[in-house]
Amino acid sequence: MARRRRAGPGVRAPGNRSSRILGGGGAGRSTLIAAVSTLVFFGILAYLVTSSPGWPEVRRSFFDGEVFGEALRDIAPRLLLNIKIFLIAEVFILVFGLGIALLRSLPGSVLFPFRLLAIAYTDFFRGVPTILVIYLFGFGVPALGLSGVPSSPFFWGVASLVLVYSAYVSEVYRAGIESVHPSQEAAARSLGLSRVKSLRFVVVPQAVRRVIPPLLNDFIGLQKDTALVALIGPVEAFRQSQIEVASKFDYTPYFATALMFVALTIPMARFTDWLAARQRRRMR
Amino acid sequence: MRKLLTLLVLCCGLLLAAGCGSDDDEGDGGSAGGTTTQQAASCDKDSLELVNPGQLTIGTDNPAFPPWFEGTAEFEPWDPTTAPTKKGYEQEVAYGIAKQLGFTDDEVKWTVVPFNQSFKPGPKSFDFDINQISYKTERAEAVDLSESYYDVEQAIVTVEGSRIADAKSVADLKDAKLGAQIGTTSLEMISSTIEPSSEASVYDTNNDAISALKAKQIDGIVVDFPTALYMANVQLDNGKVVGRLPAGEGEYFGVVLEKDSGLTDCVNEAIATLRDDGTIDQLEQKWLAGGAPVLE
Repeated sequence: MARRRRAGPGVRAPGNRSSRILGGGGAGRSTLIAAVSTLVFFGILAYLVTSSPGWPEVRRSFFDGEVFGEALRDIAPRLLLNIKIFLIAEVFILVFGLGIALLRSLPGSVLFPFRLLAIAYTDFFRGVPTILVIYLFGFGVPALGLSGVPSSPFFWGVASLVLVYSAYVSEVYRAGIESVHPSQEAAARSLGLSRVKSLRFVVVPQAVRRVIPPLLNDFIGLQKDTALVALIGPVEAFRQSQIEVASKFDYTPYFATALMFVALTIPMARFTDWLAARQRRRMR
Repeated sequence: MRKLLTLLVLCCGLLLAAGCGSDDDEGDGGSAGGTTTQQAASCDKDSLELVNPGQLTIGTDNPAFPPWFEGTAEFEPWDPTTAPTKKGYEQEVAYGIAKQLGFTDDEVKWTVVPFNQSFKPGPKSFDFDINQISYKTERAEAVDLSESYYDVEQAIVTVEGSRIADAKSVADLKDAKLGAQIGTTSLEMISSTIEPSSEASVYDTNNDAISALKAKQIDGIVVDFPTALYMANVQLDNGKVVGRLPAGEGEYFGVVLEKDSGLTDCVNEAIATLRDDGTIDQLEQKWLAGGAPVLE
């Protein structure tokens, strides 16, 4: 513990990172204690679960090895659809979110209607459950039969996610913009930059850099919500697992899908951690 | 770092050992069939093991749709949390089974059981569940399924003017975009029998499939034949049953019971009696009659 005081956050040598998780100085003894304590903890947990009266039944219906392998094979290709959905959605969300945030930070009383619009948008789309947005747009808009409007469920699924997540992301951007000290803008203006130019060259670049970790956090949420698109027809990973669960009356495919989504999220989460750490280093 | 990794691997190994451990020691006893080998104990009402003593608790989904269940008004779905109407094929069959088991109508209680809850592990909230659930060997490993109370045929519903409205054969459906409800054999029929060029769309409920059909996202819905008639005649404007699909391998609906339930044999006996005395035929005529061509 004493060692820790010297090595403050952010200046840790790369090889020493594990110590933060293990809670000690990284020396042999504390690692050993951590290992034993972990083993005992999970051992007890595993014992409690496996000795519960319903365990044989739960194991049969959630952790069937044979069904698990089959499920992985069938579901993995479907995960590509989830990946496609969130990769497309993310691009639009980044752009729309920033647009809405900028709209909301426009100065002056003439531009009030735009600010009002931006506020109404974020209030509405953050308030309505994503599942409802997908139903309303996915079935409602195509049913209008307007010519030129696509009816593809994939299109409307992605569009709904973009609408909802742009609202969240615009708030993240706005927090970033507001976190830039007013003196920065004042300095920019005093150098002769216009209001728009000082936003473009001084405020937004700093704001965006600051909000990258929370932005990625929202994208992790988006990755999971891609499963909601299944409601209006497309068969993605979660739907495929549902099909198998319903056909076999065995929940193991859900477990398999859960692991796949986690595997998808972990690289993103570690990347976020790394970005945050890098930023802390740079701020020093 | 390496120590951390070792630790993680250890923990994962431990969890997996607890989780996915080999199934060999479970001793499934080879009872793969639908019927249990339990002793045909007395089906005396008083000796039955019931969820609620003295009552027969029957599950179905909410809302329960015609022609399987019917509300107070004609063609209206029934809400199982309201008073029983004793109308609709499955509701009448359920009361028929109850009567055979010795229960009066007042001793029958209904409970809401969505499809995907009917097979969740652990104790059941119903004595049996009747909800258009098809028998399958894999399913029978998780729950008991009774003998057939209805032999199912699948059919295709569309709207007038759609590109499959005049289809005469299964081959005419190859280019169609078809949809079905999740967990149904209808969905499996799309990939096994029709094999269309575009992938089937899958919906949580038949109502969602109808929304998609109305939004022209799909050309047709595959569904069991009696439901197809109801959709075409009641739920859709300009609805049309394109035709029945060639029969699969003896698909049938059975009621769901807890695995190795003592009630299973008694329910099977009751269904056999209802078949022998003509009740089931008569109910089929009353609720499920209707015609449509069989697609070649």
